[in-house]
Amino acid sequence: MAVLSEELRDQIRAQFPKYPNKRAVVLPALHLVQDAQRHVSIEAVREIAELLELHPSEVHDTMSFYQFFKDEKHQLGKHRVWVCRSISCMLRGGEELLQHMCERLHVHPGQTSADGKITMEFAECLGACEGAPCVLVDDEAHMNITPEKADELLKNL
Amino acid sequence: MAEFQPVLLARVGKPDSHLLETYRRDGGYEGFKKALGMAPAEVVATVKDSGLRGRGGAGFPTGLKWTFLPKDHPGPIYLAINADESEPATFNNRILMEEDPHQVLEGIAISCYAIKSKAAYIYLRYEYGRSYRVLQKAIDECYAAGIFGKNIFGSGFDLDVVLHRGAAAYICGEETGLIESLEGKRAWPRIKPPFPAIEGLFRKPTIVNNIETMACVKNILDLGGDWFKSLGVPPDPSNPRDAGSYGPKLYCISGHVNKPGCVELPMGITARQLIDEHGGGVWKGRKAKAVVPGGISMGFLSASELDTPLDFNGPGKVGCLGLGTAAITVIDDETSMVDVLFNCARFFAHESCGQCTPCREGTAWMHKILTRIRMGEGQMRDLDLLTEVAASMGIIPGTTICGLSDGAAWPIKNAIKKFRPEFEEYISTGRKTVKPAESLMAAH
Repeated sequence: MAVLSEELRDQIRAQFPKYPNKRAVVLPALHLVQDAQRHVSIEAVREIAELLELHPSEVHDTMSFYQFFKDEKHQLGKHRVWVCRSISCMLRGGEELLQHMCERLHVHPGQTSADGKITMEFAECLGACEGAPCVLVDDEAHMNITPEKADELLKNL
Repeated sequence: MAEFQPVLLARVGKPDSHLLETYRRDGGYEGFKKALGMAPAEVVATVKDSGLRGRGGAGFPTGLKWTFLPKDHPGPIYLAINADESEPATFNNRILMEEDPHQVLEGIAISCYAIKSKAAYIYLRYEYGRSYRVLQKAIDECYAAGIFGKNIFGSGFDLDVVLHRGAAAYICGEETGLIESLEGKRAWPRIKPPFPAIEGLFRKPTIVNNIETMACVKNILDLGGDWFKSLGVPPDPSNPRDAGSYGPKLYCISGHVNKPGCVELPMGITARQLIDEHGGGVWKGRKAKAVVPGGISMGFLSASELDTPLDFNGPGKVGCLGLGTAAITVIDDETSMVDVLFNCARFFAHESCGQCTPCREGTAWMHKILTRIRMGEGQMRDLDLLTEVAASMGIIPGTTICGLSDGAAWPIKNAIKKFRPEFEEYISTGRKTVKPAESLMAAH
């Protein structure tokens, strides 16, 4: 049975006119699928390839390069929370914050909380250095995060 | 000297600064209309004469880059905008995109007209979710108002602008890595030549420019090249190859300062002025031990080098790789340089794309050696080993395809040269400043 819904296929096809070839739609398609399904399964890779007229290995080659995309063995939680560990955040407590948040959820970076709600990750510079340490919740940045504010953030997800 | 009035950031912080309505009220898209009344070559000449150099890090003269496109090419020609701002401590492009997206889009429209491109692709890093939503809305507004699309303002010029999201990889900021990624492939930089101006995106002539560069182009059309050239630093007479450091620049200030932020100033301000006059001074009453001049790839300024002017020449004169992104990170005198350098090495070990062996292996080894030093198990000879590995990787020694490797090597070379006694003391006392969790030591 197909894993990509007709709606998802339409969303992918809607990207075609923006580019001179279909291969350029690999990243937009992977984003659409991962947003909807919280991972990109090998079957989804096959179906994306068919839509884009590529070999599945070409799609998988691209997907595996970007550690951002996760396969069925590493499914994401409902939300993805990234803590910056690069220089400006590290100097203002980013690493301690990452440790604190991981302990709060009883996970290591890259793992998902037991309730399947939150995947905790470290990030390299999030480009919000004026508000270090910063945290990205899905793709929205939150700045000047203290451990107390982090607990609040996690609680509200 | 009268206080400098910001131009690129003039609208930042004003109510609804991101909307087309307020932008047009402030005279927006008049520069684009003006450009449409000129010949494309005149627009190129205006930008070339202004002395504008790319704001992304390499500082290549923008107008000159545009002239590298093949003459009378039948098309398509593409403009690829590098909005993959990922150099640690850099966030000026994010502020422009979130607060004044139309300024950037107008620069893109003008640039496309100048280089005869009908399609611009903005490659935006995934992490900038807010920028994505603001920019996409601004692009939609432009299509609805006839600023993008077919036969713009009756000029016969057509333009499509596509916003494309990345997937959290630093290497996509390298221009040919960006092109490969946009084409749907792994972001492995290409061997040059051919340069993108000859064969770039979808194997067509392509110009890759930075977001802040686009904002500069917009203001050069509005205020004239002479305005741009009246700011900044003229060429160094002792360096015949120097093209000068003209115009305003967005400087980011982060790290151990009281007031981190982004300020616009004429090029050539010093790190000390940025810290004291714009960053509120070093925090907690401490002193600066070191300053990263423009993203960690550039290396470090020591405390005695803080009066270095941050123009395209200054940082290079004191052993840094260059000005980079002009994003300074201040490191106070209670911070261990071992911790700082470990952080830089871990970053590059994580972000090396793995295509060239000296970089893939070199960044991994530098990370491993610094891990053992940081854990109190370092040996004195590790310092020379680090320097040796660093010297073997990059475009400068000629062993890699792109400059990521030079950027990875530079902080290592700089730190060990400028702060060697501190590293030696750390190793000889067998001390550990911290005992971090295992998960914080690993690169991946």
